[in-house]
Amino acid sequence: MSLFDKTSAELQQALLNKEITIADLTKEAYARIDALDGEVGAFLALNKAAAEQEAAEKDQVPFEERGPLFGLPIGVKDNIVTEGIETTCASKILEGFNPIYSATVVEKLRKAGMVTVGKVNMDEFAMGSANENSAIKKVHNPWDFDRAPGGSSGGSAAAVAAGEVPFTLGSDTGGSIRQPAAFCGVVGMKPTYGRVSRYGLVAFASSLDQIGPITRNVRDNALLLEAIAGVDEHDSTSANVAVPSYVEELTGDIKGLKVAVPQEYLAEGVSEGVKAQVLAAIEKLKELGATVDTVSLPHSKYALAAYYIISSSEASSNLSRFDGIRYGFRAEADNLEDLYLQTRAQGFGDEVKRRIMLGTYSLSAGTYDAYYKKAQQVRTLIKQDFDKVFEEYDVIVGPTTPTTAFKLGENLDDPMTVYANDILTVPINLAGVPAISIPCGFDNDMPVGLQIIGKYFEEGTIYRVADAFEKATDFHNAKPQTWEVK
Amino acid sequence: MASTNYETVVGLEVHVELKTKSKIFSPSPNQFGSEPNTNTSVIDLGYPGVLPVVNKEVVNYAMRAALALNMDINQHTKFDRKNYFYPDNPKAYQISQFDKPIGENGWLEIEVNGEKKRIGITRIHMEEDAGKLTHGANASLVDYNRQGTPLVEIVSEPDIRTADEAYAYLEKLKAIIQYTGVSDVRMEEGSLRCDANISIRPYGQDEFGTRTELKNLNSFNFVRKGIEYEAQRQEAVLNAGGEIKQETRRFDEKTGKTILMRVKEGTDDYRYFPEPDLVDIVIDDAWLEQERAMIPELPDARQARYVAEMGLPAYDAGVLTLSKEMADFFEGTVSEGADAKLASNWLMGEVSAYLNAEQQELHDTALTPAGLASMIKLISDGTISSKIAKKVFKELIENGGDAKKIVEEKGLVQISDAGALVPMITEILDNNEQSIIDFKNGKDRAIGFLVGQIMKATRGKANPQMVNKILLEEIQKR
Repeated sequence: MSLFDKTSAELQQALLNKEITIADLTKEAYARIDALDGEVGAFLALNKAAAEQEAAEKDQVPFEERGPLFGLPIGVKDNIVTEGIETTCASKILEGFNPIYSATVVEKLRKAGMVTVGKVNMDEFAMGSANENSAIKKVHNPWDFDRAPGGSSGGSAAAVAAGEVPFTLGSDTGGSIRQPAAFCGVVGMKPTYGRVSRYGLVAFASSLDQIGPITRNVRDNALLLEAIAGVDEHDSTSANVAVPSYVEELTGDIKGLKVAVPQEYLAEGVSEGVKAQVLAAIEKLKELGATVDTVSLPHSKYALAAYYIISSSEASSNLSRFDGIRYGFRAEADNLEDLYLQTRAQGFGDEVKRRIMLGTYSLSAGTYDAYYKKAQQVRTLIKQDFDKVFEEYDVIVGPTTPTTAFKLGENLDDPMTVYANDILTVPINLAGVPAISIPCGFDNDMPVGLQIIGKYFEEGTIYRVADAFEKATDFHNAKPQTWEVK
Repeated sequence: MASTNYETVVGLEVHVELKTKSKIFSPSPNQFGSEPNTNTSVIDLGYPGVLPVVNKEVVNYAMRAALALNMDINQHTKFDRKNYFYPDNPKAYQISQFDKPIGENGWLEIEVNGEKKRIGITRIHMEEDAGKLTHGANASLVDYNRQGTPLVEIVSEPDIRTADEAYAYLEKLKAIIQYTGVSDVRMEEGSLRCDANISIRPYGQDEFGTRTELKNLNSFNFVRKGIEYEAQRQEAVLNAGGEIKQETRRFDEKTGKTILMRVKEGTDDYRYFPEPDLVDIVIDDAWLEQERAMIPELPDARQARYVAEMGLPAYDAGVLTLSKEMADFFEGTVSEGADAKLASNWLMGEVSAYLNAEQQELHDTALTPAGLASMIKLISDGTISSKIAKKVFKELIENGGDAKKIVEEKGLVQISDAGALVPMITEILDNNEQSIIDFKNGKDRAIGFLVGQIMKATRGKANPQMVNKILLEEIQKR
């Protein structure tokens, strides 16, 4: 048993009953990190001294001044800048980088009273689907340490699955929250583009990146999104759309809800095991009163190519600032050009370099029209696919990933296979719509994720469906064997 | 220089710093002359995770400049990234505008040797300035204060044919921008910078020659000299059977020559693409009209009005309107009751000479339109002579005040009373018999000597016309 078996509501009740203190919760997080993280590898910098002091101070705050997340521990993905806590994006090029400001979401966590216990591991600069591209250490899937936790928010998902913390923030550019959530059997939400401020998120692909919550249940997820969402004057791409109370949406009632299942999302490439669990989940939604139709998102097959061109193009520009001049790693060099070349050659890992090259090529004068511009046109078509379906349906449902978690090291020399793992998640980022992954069963003892996609800014509807499903099933209560700390 | 068979073709790229309160994408102050790296924020320094936010004032100012230059406004405009590595460029991309600049298709009118000509303006776009590098023996230092300073780049059509036209274009451009109030347009502070693209071609040929780009042009005079030199250099190359290479050259102020910086091989690939951290800017008609309403009467219109309504010669009107401050001062002086032509003479003459000598601008001096007008009125009504006026003027421009008071306090009132002048003149004639003889023998200079004596006796206050008149009358009597 761990304190983190409890939901946030149960933890708040226990705090109110004086059964536990906020200091106990913080202590529990560090104890579990101590016990488990040697094998899981989810955490990078820890914020122990400050967090323990904060926890003690928060214990003095009267209950009537506390919100639903007050005093609860959280891990923050290492591409979200935290003033005073080393932020590396799991890259050598930012080794020792100590930000002098905090991301808007971090300020919001502070306002909600959450305690940041540390930074969580990821693929370097959020580029990867297995968390094998961390320059610091690999993350292991708590359900099977030989398997990948998914990526790029592998640390975020694994930390929650292992019960090191009940909450983490991840970021999702092409599936980086949902795919690891699916692989690790937890709940991960990629909000609508513009729902959450990107200020302080180290940019990978600016037009696709979104920060989102990872938790063990839907209600906690909804609470955390509510805390971090909203327009931000520091981010012009954040949307001035009111943030509703997501928790109020959790009625358990989805009668009459119109669900679309895209034929392309259950096609070739999706494993039989995953397909079976997802179809069973769809049956469950029908049982709960939803109507289900098969639809088509005809341009899905072009999404992966468009995604890798657009995201790499933006990344090639976004990552140019890591030049060794002002912060982070600087290589020894005799002249300026050498300084640039050596700093970036030594500071970036292979996958990052691969994408910088791909993006630089796509944006070049002779290739721009054939690649970047064409990919943007495809993006418009994909957006229209979703718009069309959402004219008639409330949500779109399918698998989050074609397979369950693959073995670590399996695809190291084969980036195309790893890229293909994103096939069901990237169209969502290209369209900018919100989507969640929730646990919906197991295939060979590894968790399967159900993806629920919603209309722009209708995360509430997604949460309502996810919550209804969760209430009707028991998958979210399953825990990996590693959960029990001796 | 021998006459030439070649025509010079020039296009100018002018960068103008906008004097908004804060920078284009961050809240840092937009200030010149601060301690290095003090007007900076994480956004200016390109820290990981930061995002730009467009300063609306920059869009307003750019729009105002564009409208004043007769440009079409792109009501759907956007920013793009221009990617290149350099230590003064902290993000390794500059946020600029590529295919949808805020303004396109403008023009301004110049006048050279009495001939008017329209120079086309291709585009005006908004962008951020870079930091500033200082190179030492063992290290290079970078100051990011200037990073993020709002700029507009104004690109002319290759319509300019002579160095004088280039000079006139810059003078007019500077005047127009200054009138709109969006920039100080001070070349010495770098708030106006100019690069020139120069080529030559045989008269009658339609195609342009290969152009060179000339940088380091730190004054309008250097632009003129640089273009003249470069045209001659290119002609000498062609006459010697050589060919012009596309290259960037630097104007050397000491020698007046242009020096090769680098040869351009192909075009630079800046990998422009739409800035994904910003949303497109949509300018509705109300916004556009609001900025149009902010544009004051511009130099050309004022010049025409001074000619038509005040009867000024076109030349005077042109000179006065080149600076808004001067034109405003002129109008103020006239509305305080001064004669327009006299006011113009004084402003173009004594006032300008004083400003040039002291390296000052009007607002640096104590002179006011009311002060200048009070003096001009005293000249017009004969209270003081032009000579006395120069003394009064010196007092007015250095210490201010009212001319009438100065004249009274210093006893500078002109003596125009014949009753006072005749005895004085009679006495001087009595003491200078030889001069009367000389004058009567045809030595006109003698009269000058006598006038001088009278002026000396009256400490310059005698009314010169009266003195002349009485003097001649008195001499006739003898």
